[in-house]
Amino acid sequence: MKLSPDQVRHVATLARLALSPEELLRTQAQLSAILDAVEALAAVDTEGVPPTTALAQAKAPRADAVVGQLPVEDALRGAPKAVGSSFAIPKVIE
Amino acid sequence: MTPTELSLFEVSQALAKGEVSSVEVTTACLSRIDQVQDALAPFISVDAEGALAEAKASDARRKAGQARGPLDGVPVALKDNIVAKGLPTTAGSRILAADGDARSLSLAAVRARTQGFVAPQDSTVTRRLREAGTPLLGKTNLDEFGMGSSTENSGFGPTRNPWDPTRTPGGSSGGSAAAVAARACFGALGTDTGGSIRQPAALTGVVGLKPTWGRVSRNGVVAFASSLDQVGPLTRTVRDAAMMLQTIAGADAMDSTSADKPVQDWTAGLEDGVKGLKVGLPREYFVPGMDPEVERAVRGAAKTLERLGATVREVSLPHSKVALAAYYVIATSEASSNLGRYDGVRYGHRAEGAKGLRELYAQSRAEGFGPEVKRRILLGTFALSAGYHDAYYVKAQRVRTLIRRDFEAAFADVDVLLSATSPVPAWPLGEKLDDPLSMYLMDVLTIPCNLAGLPGLSVPVELTGSGLPIGVQLLGRPWDEATVLRAGRALEREAKIERAPGRA
Repeated sequence: MKLSPDQVRHVATLARLALSPEELLRTQAQLSAILDAVEALAAVDTEGVPPTTALAQAKAPRADAVVGQLPVEDALRGAPKAVGSSFAIPKVIE
Repeated sequence: MTPTELSLFEVSQALAKGEVSSVEVTTACLSRIDQVQDALAPFISVDAEGALAEAKASDARRKAGQARGPLDGVPVALKDNIVAKGLPTTAGSRILAADGDARSLSLAAVRARTQGFVAPQDSTVTRRLREAGTPLLGKTNLDEFGMGSSTENSGFGPTRNPWDPTRTPGGSSGGSAAAVAARACFGALGTDTGGSIRQPAALTGVVGLKPTWGRVSRNGVVAFASSLDQVGPLTRTVRDAAMMLQTIAGADAMDSTSADKPVQDWTAGLEDGVKGLKVGLPREYFVPGMDPEVERAVRGAAKTLERLGATVREVSLPHSKVALAAYYVIATSEASSNLGRYDGVRYGHRAEGAKGLRELYAQSRAEGFGPEVKRRILLGTFALSAGYHDAYYVKAQRVRTLIRRDFEAAFADVDVLLSATSPVPAWPLGEKLDDPLSMYLMDVLTIPCNLAGLPGLSVPVELTGSGLPIGVQLLGRPWDEATVLRAGRALEREAKIERAPGRA
Protein backbone atom coordinates (compact mmCIF):
# COMPACT_ATOMS: atom_id res chain seq x y z
CA MET A 1 0.00 0.00 0.00
CA LYS A 2 1.43 3.34 -1.07
CA LEU A 3 0.87 6.21 1.33
CA SER A 4 0.46 9.75 0.02
CA PRO A 5 2.43 12.65 1.56
CA ASP A 6 -0.86 13.90 3.02
CA GLN A 7 -1.51 10.57 4.71
CA VAL A 8 1.96 10.58 6.25
CA ARG A 9 1.43 14.18 7.41
CA HIS A 10 -1.92 13.21 8.96
CA VAL A 11 -0.41 10.21 10.79
CA ALA A 12 2.48 12.39 12.03
CA THR A 13 -0.04 14.88 13.42
CA LEU A 14 -1.92 12.09 15.20
CA ALA A 15 1.38 10.81 16.60
CA ARG A 16 2.45 14.32 17.70
CA LEU A 17 5.70 14.03 15.75
CA ALA A 18 7.14 16.93 13.79
CA LEU A 19 8.74 15.67 10.55
CA SER A 20 11.21 17.57 8.38
CA PRO A 21 10.47 17.55 4.60
CA GLU A 22 13.27 14.98 4.10
CA GLU A 23 11.92 12.81 6.91
CA LEU A 24 8.47 13.00 5.37
CA LEU A 25 9.75 11.69 2.03
CA ARG A 26 11.82 8.96 3.62
CA THR A 27 8.97 7.93 5.89
CA GLN A 28 6.56 7.81 2.98
CA ALA A 29 8.81 5.39 1.10
CA GLN A 30 9.70 3.23 4.11
CA LEU A 31 6.17 2.95 5.53
CA SER A 32 4.83 2.09 2.09
CA ALA A 33 7.40 -0.70 1.77
CA ILE A 34 6.61 -2.04 5.24
CA LEU A 35 2.87 -1.91 4.54
CA ASP A 36 3.45 -3.88 1.33
CA ALA A 37 5.15 -6.56 3.41
CA VAL A 38 2.31 -6.47 5.93
CA GLU A 39 -0.22 -7.06 3.12
CA ALA A 40 0.48 -10.77 3.61
CA LEU A 41 -2.01 -10.60 6.48
CA ALA A 42 -4.89 -9.86 4.14
CA ALA A 43 -4.44 -13.25 2.43
CA VAL A 44 -4.96 -15.19 5.68
CA ASP A 45 -8.46 -16.58 6.18
CA THR A 46 -9.53 -15.36 9.62
CA GLU A 47 -13.26 -15.88 9.17
CA GLY A 48 -14.70 -16.60 12.60
CA VAL A 49 -11.32 -16.36 14.34
CA PRO A 50 -11.45 -14.18 17.46
CA PRO A 51 -8.67 -11.62 17.96
CA THR A 52 -6.11 -12.26 20.68
CA THR A 53 -6.20 -9.17 22.86
CA ALA A 54 -4.44 -10.55 25.92
CA LEU A 55 -2.54 -13.73 26.71
CA ALA A 56 -3.63 -14.15 30.30
CA GLN A 57 -6.81 -13.68 32.24
CA ALA A 58 -6.74 -10.33 33.99
CA LYS A 59 -6.30 -10.78 37.70
CA ALA A 60 -8.79 -9.44 40.21
CA PRO A 61 -7.85 -5.81 40.79
CA ARG A 62 -5.87 -5.13 43.93
CA ALA A 63 -7.49 -3.31 46.82
CA ASP A 64 -7.99 0.39 46.14
CA ALA A 65 -5.61 1.45 48.86
CA VAL A 66 -2.89 4.08 48.77
CA VAL A 67 0.54 2.41 48.89
CA GLY A 68 4.04 3.67 48.27
CA GLN A 69 3.07 7.21 47.35
CA LEU A 70 5.71 9.10 45.41
CA PRO A 71 6.61 12.35 47.19
CA VAL A 72 5.82 15.43 45.06
CA GLU A 73 9.45 16.54 44.96
CA ASP A 74 10.50 13.10 43.63
CA ALA A 75 7.77 13.19 40.99
CA LEU A 76 8.90 16.64 39.86
CA ARG A 77 12.62 15.93 39.93
CA GLY A 78 12.72 14.79 36.31
CA ALA A 79 10.44 17.51 34.98
CA PRO A 80 11.97 19.83 32.37
CA LYS A 81 10.09 22.68 34.05
CA ALA A 82 8.16 22.83 37.31
CA VAL A 83 6.49 25.63 39.23
CA GLY A 84 5.70 25.03 42.88
CA SER A 85 4.15 21.58 43.09
CA SER A 86 3.14 21.48 39.40
CA PHE A 87 4.57 20.57 36.00
CA ALA A 88 4.86 23.74 33.92
CA ILE A 89 3.76 23.95 30.27
CA PRO A 90 3.35 26.81 27.80
CA LYS A 91 0.17 28.82 28.26
CA VAL A 92 -2.81 27.10 26.57
CA ILE A 93 -5.61 29.55 27.46
CA GLU A 94 -5.27 33.26 26.76
CA MET B 1 41.96 -18.41 37.44
CA THR B 2 40.62 -14.85 37.55
CA PRO B 3 37.14 -14.72 39.10
CA THR B 4 35.53 -13.30 35.93
CA GLU B 5 36.19 -16.64 34.20
CA LEU B 6 33.76 -18.36 36.57
CA SER B 7 30.09 -18.89 35.83
CA LEU B 8 27.46 -17.29 38.07
CA PHE B 9 26.92 -20.65 39.76
CA GLU B 10 30.65 -21.18 40.26
CA VAL B 11 31.22 -17.74 41.73
CA SER B 12 28.21 -18.26 43.98
CA GLN B 13 29.85 -21.44 45.31
CA ALA B 14 33.25 -19.78 45.67
CA LEU B 15 31.61 -17.01 47.71
CA ALA B 16 29.79 -19.54 49.88
CA LYS B 17 33.03 -21.40 50.57
CA GLY B 18 34.85 -18.17 51.38
CA GLU B 19 37.35 -18.68 48.53
CA VAL B 20 36.64 -15.17 47.22
CA SER B 21 34.86 -12.11 48.58
CA SER B 22 32.17 -10.11 46.84
CA VAL B 23 34.46 -7.08 46.87
CA GLU B 24 37.08 -9.16 44.99
CA VAL B 25 34.70 -10.41 42.33
CA THR B 26 32.99 -7.03 41.96
CA THR B 27 36.37 -5.33 41.60
CA ALA B 28 37.33 -7.96 39.00
CA CYS B 29 34.16 -7.20 36.99
CA LEU B 30 34.80 -3.45 37.20
CA SER B 31 38.39 -3.97 35.97
CA ARG B 32 37.05 -6.06 33.13
CA ILE B 33 34.63 -3.25 32.24
CA ASP B 34 37.64 -0.88 32.27
CA GLN B 35 39.38 -3.21 29.79
CA VAL B 36 36.51 -3.75 27.35
CA GLN B 37 34.24 -0.70 27.43
CA ASP B 38 36.15 1.45 24.93
CA ALA B 39 36.48 -1.43 22.47
CA LEU B 40 33.00 -3.03 22.81
CA ALA B 41 30.74 -0.46 24.53
CA PRO B 42 28.44 -2.87 26.42
CA PHE B 43 27.48 -0.31 29.07
CA ILE B 44 25.65 3.04 29.01
CA SER B 45 26.36 3.79 32.66
CA VAL B 46 28.53 2.13 35.30
CA ASP B 47 27.97 2.56 39.03
CA ALA B 48 31.31 1.43 40.46
CA GLU B 49 30.77 3.11 43.81
CA GLY B 50 27.29 1.68 44.33
CA ALA B 51 28.35 -1.81 43.26
CA LEU B 52 31.33 -1.82 45.63
CA ALA B 53 29.17 -0.58 48.52
CA GLU B 54 26.74 -3.46 47.86
CA ALA B 55 29.67 -5.87 47.68
CA LYS B 56 31.01 -4.68 51.05
CA ALA B 57 27.57 -5.07 52.59
CA SER B 58 27.32 -8.58 51.15
CA ASP B 59 30.70 -9.58 52.57
CA ALA B 60 29.65 -8.23 55.97
CA ARG B 61 26.42 -10.24 55.85
CA ARG B 62 28.28 -13.39 54.94
CA LYS B 63 30.79 -12.87 57.72
CA ALA B 64 27.90 -12.52 60.16
CA GLY B 65 26.39 -15.77 58.86
CA GLN B 66 23.48 -13.91 57.26
CA ALA B 67 24.09 -14.47 53.55
CA ARG B 68 20.76 -14.18 51.75
CA GLY B 69 21.01 -16.88 49.15
CA PRO B 70 22.95 -18.06 46.13
CA LEU B 71 23.10 -14.66 44.40
CA ASP B 72 24.31 -12.73 47.44
CA GLY B 73 27.44 -10.85 46.41
CA VAL B 74 27.30 -11.88 42.72
CA PRO B 75 27.53 -8.73 40.55
CA VAL B 76 25.13 -8.41 37.61
CA ALA B 77 24.04 -5.78 35.08
CA LEU B 78 20.68 -4.41 33.95
CA LYS B 79 19.56 -3.52 30.45
CA ASP B 80 19.05 0.22 30.47
CA ASN B 81 15.29 0.01 30.04
CA ILE B 82 14.94 -1.45 33.55
CA VAL B 83 14.85 1.25 36.20
CA ALA B 84 16.89 1.29 39.40
CA LYS B 85 16.39 3.92 42.06
CA GLY B 86 19.00 6.64 41.92
CA LEU B 87 20.58 5.47 38.64
CA PRO B 88 19.95 7.05 35.25
CA THR B 89 17.72 5.14 32.82
CA THR B 90 17.97 6.15 29.16
CA ALA B 91 16.33 3.25 27.30
CA GLY B 92 19.01 4.06 24.72
CA SER B 93 17.12 7.22 23.83
CA ARG B 94 18.11 10.82 23.60
CA ILE B 95 14.66 11.70 24.96
CA LEU B 96 15.61 10.35 28.42
CA ALA B 97 19.27 11.43 28.38
CA ALA B 98 20.30 14.66 30.05
CA ASP B 99 20.25 17.68 27.76
CA GLY B 100 23.88 18.32 26.88
CA ASP B 101 24.86 14.64 27.30
CA ALA B 102 27.22 13.95 24.38
CA ARG B 103 25.90 10.37 24.44
CA SER B 104 29.35 8.83 24.25
CA LEU B 105 29.98 5.24 25.28
CA SER B 106 33.64 5.82 26.20
CA LEU B 107 34.71 4.39 29.55
CA ALA B 108 35.11 7.89 30.98
CA ALA B 109 31.61 8.87 29.80
CA VAL B 110 29.80 5.78 31.10
CA ARG B 111 31.53 6.05 34.48
CA ALA B 112 30.55 9.72 34.77
CA ARG B 113 26.94 9.36 33.58
CA THR B 114 24.61 10.11 36.51
CA GLN B 115 22.17 12.62 34.96
CA GLY B 116 19.12 12.37 32.74
CA PHE B 117 16.01 10.48 33.78
CA VAL B 118 16.79 9.15 37.26
CA ALA B 119 14.14 6.78 38.54
CA PRO B 120 12.64 7.61 41.94
CA GLN B 121 11.89 3.90 42.55
CA ASP B 122 13.28 0.45 41.80
CA SER B 123 11.59 -1.78 39.26
CA THR B 124 10.28 -5.00 40.82
CA VAL B 125 13.05 -7.08 39.21
CA THR B 126 15.68 -4.61 40.42
CA ARG B 127 14.25 -4.79 43.94
CA ARG B 128 14.29 -8.59 43.82
CA LEU B 129 17.94 -8.60 42.72
CA ARG B 130 18.87 -6.11 45.45
CA GLU B 131 17.01 -8.19 48.03
CA ALA B 132 18.99 -11.22 46.83
CA GLY B 133 22.16 -9.22 47.55
CA THR B 134 23.52 -8.67 44.03
CA PRO B 135 25.74 -5.64 43.43
CA LEU B 136 24.47 -3.78 40.33
CA LEU B 137 27.42 -2.91 38.10
CA GLY B 138 25.55 -0.68 35.70
CA LYS B 139 23.10 -0.37 32.84
CA THR B 140 23.71 -1.91 29.43
CA ASN B 141 23.25 -0.57 25.91
CA LEU B 142 20.23 -1.36 23.75
CA ASP B 143 18.42 -0.36 20.60
CA GLU B 144 16.34 2.69 21.52
CA PHE B 145 13.34 1.47 23.56
CA GLY B 146 14.22 -2.09 22.52
CA MET B 147 13.41 -1.37 18.88
CA GLY B 148 16.03 -3.10 16.79
CA SER B 149 18.04 -6.25 16.25
CA SER B 150 21.63 -4.98 16.28
CA THR B 151 22.02 -2.34 19.05
CA GLU B 152 22.82 0.12 16.26
CA ASN B 153 19.59 1.99 16.92
CA SER B 154 20.90 3.13 20.31
CA GLY B 155 21.00 6.90 20.61
CA PHE B 156 24.41 6.37 22.24
CA GLY B 157 26.06 4.36 19.46
CA PRO B 158 26.44 0.65 18.77
CA THR B 159 27.79 -2.12 20.98
CA ARG B 160 30.30 -4.46 19.36
CA ASN B 161 30.46 -8.24 19.38
CA PRO B 162 33.22 -9.60 21.67
CA TRP B 163 33.87 -12.43 19.17
CA ASP B 164 34.53 -9.95 16.35
CA PRO B 165 34.30 -6.22 17.11
CA THR B 166 33.50 -5.39 13.48
CA ARG B 167 30.19 -7.24 13.93
CA THR B 168 26.95 -6.63 15.80
CA PRO B 169 26.22 -8.40 19.09
CA GLY B 170 22.56 -8.52 18.00
CA GLY B 171 19.81 -6.68 19.76
CA SER B 172 18.04 -5.19 21.32
CA SER B 173 19.70 -6.54 24.50
CA GLY B 174 23.09 -6.38 22.76
CA GLY B 175 24.77 -4.58 25.65
CA SER B 176 23.72 -7.25 28.16
CA ALA B 177 24.82 -10.02 25.77
CA ALA B 178 28.20 -8.41 25.08
CA ALA B 179 28.77 -7.73 28.79
CA VAL B 180 28.17 -11.40 29.64
CA ALA B 181 30.19 -12.70 26.67
CA ALA B 182 33.08 -10.35 27.51
CA ARG B 183 33.11 -11.61 31.13
CA ALA B 184 32.28 -8.16 32.48
CA CYS B 185 29.45 -9.51 34.67
CA PHE B 186 28.14 -12.90 35.78
CA GLY B 187 24.69 -12.33 34.36
CA ALA B 188 22.53 -9.54 33.04
CA LEU B 189 18.84 -8.89 32.63
CA GLY B 190 17.43 -8.18 29.21
CA THR B 191 13.96 -7.73 27.79
CA ASP B 192 12.46 -9.68 24.90
CA THR B 193 9.57 -8.35 22.80
CA GLY B 194 10.35 -10.15 19.54
CA GLY B 195 13.62 -11.94 20.31
CA SER B 196 15.66 -9.25 22.04
CA ILE B 197 17.12 -11.64 24.65
CA ARG B 198 17.47 -14.80 22.56
CA GLN B 199 18.87 -13.31 19.34
CA PRO B 200 21.77 -11.36 20.95
CA ALA B 201 22.48 -14.38 23.16
CA ALA B 202 22.82 -16.51 20.00
CA LEU B 203 25.06 -13.97 18.26
CA THR B 204 27.42 -13.66 21.24
CA GLY B 205 27.59 -17.29 22.37
CA VAL B 206 25.74 -16.91 25.68
CA VAL B 207 22.51 -18.32 27.11
CA GLY B 208 19.35 -16.20 26.88
CA LEU B 209 15.98 -17.04 28.43
CA LYS B 210 12.67 -15.37 27.63
CA PRO B 211 10.24 -16.59 30.28
CA THR B 212 6.54 -17.20 29.71
CA TRP B 213 4.65 -13.92 29.33
CA GLY B 214 3.46 -13.07 32.85
CA ARG B 215 6.20 -15.01 34.65
CA VAL B 216 8.21 -11.90 35.52
CA SER B 217 6.85 -8.50 36.60
CA ARG B 218 7.30 -5.59 34.19
CA ASN B 219 6.71 -2.97 36.86
CA GLY B 220 9.47 -0.41 36.35
CA VAL B 221 10.46 -1.74 32.93
CA VAL B 222 10.18 0.81 30.11
CA ALA B 223 7.21 -0.40 28.04
CA PHE B 224 7.57 -1.13 24.33
CA ALA B 225 4.73 -3.53 23.43
CA SER B 226 2.96 -4.64 26.56
CA SER B 227 1.29 -7.81 25.23
CA LEU B 228 4.74 -9.08 24.13
CA ASP B 229 7.40 -7.65 26.49
CA GLN B 230 9.01 -9.95 29.03
CA VAL B 231 12.13 -9.67 31.23
CA GLY B 232 14.68 -12.46 31.40
CA PRO B 233 18.33 -13.34 32.03
CA LEU B 234 21.40 -13.55 29.79
CA THR B 235 24.10 -15.72 31.35
CA ARG B 236 27.05 -17.95 30.59
CA THR B 237 25.29 -21.20 31.40
CA VAL B 238 21.80 -22.68 31.50
CA ARG B 239 22.12 -23.23 35.25
CA ASP B 240 22.96 -19.54 35.71
CA ALA B 241 19.83 -18.57 33.78
CA ALA B 242 17.71 -20.86 35.96
CA MET B 243 19.18 -19.25 39.08
CA MET B 244 18.47 -15.72 37.87
CA LEU B 245 14.94 -16.64 36.82
CA GLN B 246 14.23 -18.00 40.28
CA THR B 247 15.33 -14.66 41.74
CA ILE B 248 13.23 -12.38 39.51
CA ALA B 249 10.08 -14.48 38.86
CA GLY B 250 6.75 -14.36 40.66
CA ALA B 251 3.48 -12.47 41.00
CA ASP B 252 3.65 -8.77 41.76
CA ALA B 253 0.81 -6.55 42.95
CA MET B 254 2.32 -3.71 40.90
CA ASP B 255 1.90 -5.59 37.58
CA SER B 256 -1.61 -6.92 37.00
CA THR B 257 -0.30 -9.02 34.08
CA SER B 258 2.14 -10.93 36.29
CA ALA B 259 0.73 -14.38 36.94
CA ASP B 260 0.07 -16.10 40.25
CA LYS B 261 2.38 -18.99 39.46
CA PRO B 262 4.66 -20.51 42.08
CA VAL B 263 8.35 -19.68 41.83
CA GLN B 264 10.17 -22.94 41.26
CA ASP B 265 13.70 -24.13 41.81
CA TRP B 266 14.48 -24.32 38.11
CA THR B 267 17.90 -25.81 38.78
CA ALA B 268 16.31 -28.93 40.34
CA GLY B 269 15.69 -31.13 37.29
CA LEU B 270 18.34 -29.57 35.11
CA GLU B 271 20.60 -32.61 34.85
CA ASP B 272 17.82 -35.14 34.35
CA GLY B 273 18.54 -35.54 30.64
CA VAL B 274 16.19 -35.87 27.69
CA LYS B 275 15.40 -39.60 27.62
CA GLY B 276 11.86 -39.93 26.27
CA LEU B 277 11.53 -36.21 25.54
CA LYS B 278 9.51 -35.48 22.40
CA VAL B 279 11.19 -32.82 20.27
CA GLY B 280 9.59 -31.10 17.29
CA LEU B 281 11.48 -29.51 14.41
CA PRO B 282 9.20 -26.88 12.84
CA ARG B 283 9.48 -27.30 9.09
CA GLU B 284 8.75 -23.60 8.48
CA TYR B 285 11.70 -22.53 10.64
CA PHE B 286 14.19 -23.61 8.00
CA VAL B 287 13.69 -20.32 6.20
CA PRO B 288 14.98 -19.21 2.81
CA GLY B 289 18.24 -17.30 3.17
CA MET B 290 19.26 -19.27 6.23
CA ASP B 291 22.99 -19.67 6.65
CA PRO B 292 23.96 -23.30 5.78
CA GLU B 293 26.21 -23.57 8.83
CA VAL B 294 23.32 -22.50 11.05
CA GLU B 295 21.03 -25.09 9.47
CA ARG B 296 23.68 -27.76 9.95
CA ALA B 297 24.01 -26.77 13.63
CA VAL B 298 20.24 -27.13 14.19
CA ARG B 299 20.17 -30.56 12.54
CA GLY B 300 23.24 -31.48 14.58
CA ALA B 301 21.48 -30.43 17.79
CA ALA B 302 18.49 -32.58 16.83
CA LYS B 303 20.83 -35.57 16.30
CA THR B 304 22.43 -34.90 19.68
CA LEU B 305 19.07 -34.93 21.45
CA GLU B 306 18.15 -38.13 19.61
CA ARG B 307 21.42 -39.77 20.66
CA LEU B 308 20.63 -38.80 24.26
CA GLY B 309 17.29 -40.61 24.13
CA ALA B 310 14.85 -38.00 22.83
CA THR B 311 12.58 -38.62 19.86
CA VAL B 312 12.68 -35.99 17.15
CA ARG B 313 9.99 -35.43 14.56
CA GLU B 314 9.17 -32.75 12.06
CA VAL B 315 6.16 -30.61 12.90
CA SER B 316 4.34 -27.83 11.08
CA LEU B 317 3.49 -24.33 12.27
CA PRO B 318 1.63 -23.25 9.13
CA HIS B 319 1.12 -19.58 10.02
CA SER B 320 4.80 -18.88 10.70
CA LYS B 321 5.15 -17.02 7.42
CA VAL B 322 2.74 -14.27 8.50
CA ALA B 323 3.98 -14.00 12.09
CA LEU B 324 6.43 -11.24 11.20
CA ALA B 325 3.69 -9.15 9.57
CA ALA B 326 1.34 -9.65 12.52
CA TYR B 327 4.15 -8.77 14.91
CA TYR B 328 5.07 -5.53 13.18
CA VAL B 329 1.45 -4.37 13.28
CA ILE B 330 0.80 -5.37 16.90
CA ALA B 331 4.16 -4.28 18.34
CA THR B 332 4.14 -0.90 16.60
CA SER B 333 0.50 -0.26 17.53
CA GLU B 334 1.23 -0.91 21.19
CA ALA B 335 4.43 1.12 20.96
CA SER B 336 2.63 4.12 19.47
CA SER B 337 0.38 4.09 22.52
CA ASN B 338 3.08 3.34 25.13
CA LEU B 339 5.44 6.00 23.81
CA GLY B 340 2.74 8.66 24.03
CA ARG B 341 4.00 9.32 27.56
CA TYR B 342 7.16 11.01 26.25
CA ASP B 343 5.65 14.44 25.86
CA GLY B 344 8.32 16.79 27.19
CA VAL B 345 6.19 17.64 30.22
CA ARG B 346 6.71 15.27 33.14
CA TYR B 347 10.21 13.99 32.37
CA GLY B 348 12.61 13.71 29.50
CA HIS B 349 13.69 16.12 26.83
CA ARG B 350 11.70 19.31 26.15
CA ALA B 351 12.21 21.35 22.98
CA GLU B 352 13.16 24.97 23.47
CA GLY B 353 10.97 27.81 22.26
CA ALA B 354 7.87 25.80 21.28
CA LYS B 355 4.77 27.94 20.74
CA GLY B 356 1.90 26.22 22.48
CA LEU B 357 1.46 22.74 23.89
CA ARG B 358 0.94 20.88 20.60
CA GLU B 359 4.16 22.23 19.18
CA LEU B 360 5.91 21.41 22.45
CA TYR B 361 4.83 17.77 22.11
CA ALA B 362 5.65 17.44 18.42
CA GLN B 363 9.03 19.20 18.63
CA SER B 364 10.18 17.49 21.83
CA ARG B 365 9.35 14.09 20.36
CA ALA B 366 10.93 14.95 17.00
CA GLU B 367 14.18 15.96 18.73
CA GLY B 368 14.16 13.14 21.27
CA PHE B 369 13.34 10.02 19.24
CA GLY B 370 15.64 8.34 16.73
CA PRO B 371 14.62 7.27 13.21
CA GLU B 372 13.56 3.68 13.97
CA VAL B 373 11.42 4.74 16.92
CA LYS B 374 9.73 7.41 14.80
CA ARG B 375 9.15 4.87 12.04
CA ARG B 376 7.48 2.44 14.44
CA ILE B 377 5.37 5.09 16.16
CA LEU B 378 4.12 6.25 12.75
CA LEU B 379 3.43 2.72 11.54
CA GLY B 380 1.54 1.92 14.75
CA THR B 381 -0.39 5.17 14.68
CA PHE B 382 -1.40 4.39 11.09
CA ALA B 383 -2.46 0.83 11.98
CA LEU B 384 -4.68 2.14 14.78
CA SER B 385 -6.10 5.11 12.87
CA ALA B 386 -9.73 5.44 11.80
CA GLY B 387 -10.42 3.44 8.65
CA TYR B 388 -7.38 1.16 9.02
CA HIS B 389 -7.83 -0.24 12.53
CA ASP B 390 -9.82 -3.31 11.46
CA ALA B 391 -7.74 -4.07 8.38
CA TYR B 392 -4.43 -3.91 10.24
CA TYR B 393 -4.61 -4.07 14.03
CA VAL B 394 -7.64 -6.34 14.48
CA LYS B 395 -6.60 -8.47 11.51
CA ALA B 396 -3.15 -8.95 13.05
CA GLN B 397 -4.75 -9.96 16.35
CA ARG B 398 -6.84 -12.59 14.55
CA VAL B 399 -3.73 -13.94 12.85
CA ARG B 400 -2.12 -13.98 16.29
CA THR B 401 -4.86 -16.36 17.43
CA LEU B 402 -4.02 -18.69 14.51
CA ILE B 403 -0.33 -18.60 15.45
CA ARG B 404 -1.19 -19.53 19.03
CA ARG B 405 -3.37 -22.40 17.77
CA ASP B 406 -0.46 -23.66 15.64
CA PHE B 407 1.64 -23.94 18.78
CA GLU B 408 -1.18 -25.56 20.78
CA ALA B 409 -1.53 -28.20 18.07
CA ALA B 410 2.22 -28.82 17.94
CA PHE B 411 2.50 -29.09 21.72
CA ALA B 412 -0.20 -31.76 21.74
CA ASP B 413 2.41 -34.00 20.08
CA VAL B 414 5.78 -32.75 21.30
CA ASP B 415 7.29 -31.33 24.49
CA VAL B 416 9.68 -28.78 23.02
CA LEU B 417 10.37 -27.20 19.64
CA LEU B 418 13.92 -26.89 18.34
CA SER B 419 15.09 -24.39 15.70
CA ALA B 420 17.77 -21.84 14.99
CA THR B 421 17.55 -18.68 17.09
CA SER B 422 18.79 -16.38 14.33
CA PRO B 423 18.85 -17.42 10.65
CA VAL B 424 22.42 -16.09 10.37
CA PRO B 425 25.42 -15.57 12.68
CA ALA B 426 26.53 -12.06 13.68
CA TRP B 427 26.68 -9.74 10.65
CA PRO B 428 28.98 -6.75 10.07
CA LEU B 429 27.88 -3.51 11.72
CA GLY B 430 26.13 -1.22 9.26
CA GLU B 431 25.15 -3.99 6.86
CA LYS B 432 21.38 -3.85 7.36
CA LEU B 433 21.05 -0.37 8.78
CA ASP B 434 19.54 1.26 5.70
CA ASP B 435 17.01 -1.48 5.05
CA PRO B 436 14.49 -1.82 7.89
CA LEU B 437 12.79 -4.84 6.30
CA SER B 438 15.95 -6.93 6.04
CA MET B 439 16.66 -6.06 9.70
CA TYR B 440 13.13 -7.13 10.70
CA LEU B 441 13.75 -10.51 9.01
CA MET B 442 16.47 -11.23 11.58
CA ASP B 443 13.66 -11.80 14.13
CA VAL B 444 11.61 -14.17 12.00
CA LEU B 445 12.38 -17.24 14.16
CA THR B 446 12.02 -15.57 17.54
CA ILE B 447 8.85 -13.51 17.04
CA PRO B 448 6.18 -16.27 17.03
CA CYS B 449 7.18 -17.24 20.59
CA ASN B 450 6.32 -13.73 21.81
CA LEU B 451 3.02 -13.69 19.95
CA ALA B 452 2.06 -16.92 21.74
CA GLY B 453 3.61 -15.91 25.09
CA LEU B 454 5.76 -19.05 25.30
CA PRO B 455 9.04 -19.60 27.16
CA GLY B 456 12.04 -19.61 24.83
CA LEU B 457 15.72 -20.31 25.38
CA SER B 458 18.77 -19.77 23.20
CA VAL B 459 21.77 -22.01 23.86
CA PRO B 460 25.12 -21.77 22.07
CA VAL B 461 25.97 -25.06 20.37
CA GLU B 462 28.93 -24.50 18.09
CA LEU B 463 31.08 -22.05 16.16
CA THR B 464 31.03 -21.34 12.45
CA GLY B 465 34.13 -22.07 10.39
CA SER B 466 35.14 -18.43 10.85
CA GLY B 467 34.69 -18.62 14.61
CA LEU B 468 31.29 -17.01 15.24
CA PRO B 469 28.87 -18.54 17.74
CA ILE B 470 25.66 -20.28 16.64
CA GLY B 471 22.74 -20.61 19.04
CA VAL B 472 19.71 -22.86 18.85
CA GLN B 473 16.30 -22.00 20.21
CA LEU B 474 14.09 -24.22 22.35
CA LEU B 475 10.43 -23.28 22.81
CA GLY B 476 8.15 -24.83 25.39
CA ARG B 477 4.56 -24.89 26.55
CA PRO B 478 3.42 -21.90 28.58
CA TRP B 479 4.85 -22.11 32.14
CA ASP B 480 7.11 -25.03 31.22
CA GLU B 481 10.48 -23.28 31.54
CA ALA B 482 11.66 -26.43 33.35
CA THR B 483 11.55 -28.64 30.23
CA VAL B 484 13.09 -25.96 28.03
CA LEU B 485 15.96 -25.50 30.51
CA ARG B 486 16.49 -29.26 30.88
CA ALA B 487 16.71 -29.75 27.10
CA GLY B 488 18.96 -26.69 26.85
CA ARG B 489 21.25 -28.10 29.51
CA ALA B 490 21.52 -31.39 27.61
CA LEU B 491 22.66 -29.52 24.49
CA GLU B 492 25.00 -27.30 26.48
CA ARG B 493 26.72 -30.34 27.99
CA GLU B 494 27.41 -31.68 24.48
CA ALA B 495 28.27 -28.33 22.90
CA LYS B 496 31.66 -27.83 21.31
CA ILE B 497 32.02 -24.19 22.23
CA GLU B 498 34.49 -24.14 25.09
CA ARG B 499 36.50 -21.25 23.70
CA ALA B 500 35.44 -17.85 24.93
CA PRO B 501 36.08 -14.71 22.89
CA GLY B 502 39.48 -13.22 23.53
CA ARG B 503 40.97 -16.34 25.13
CA ALA B 504 41.43 -18.81 22.32
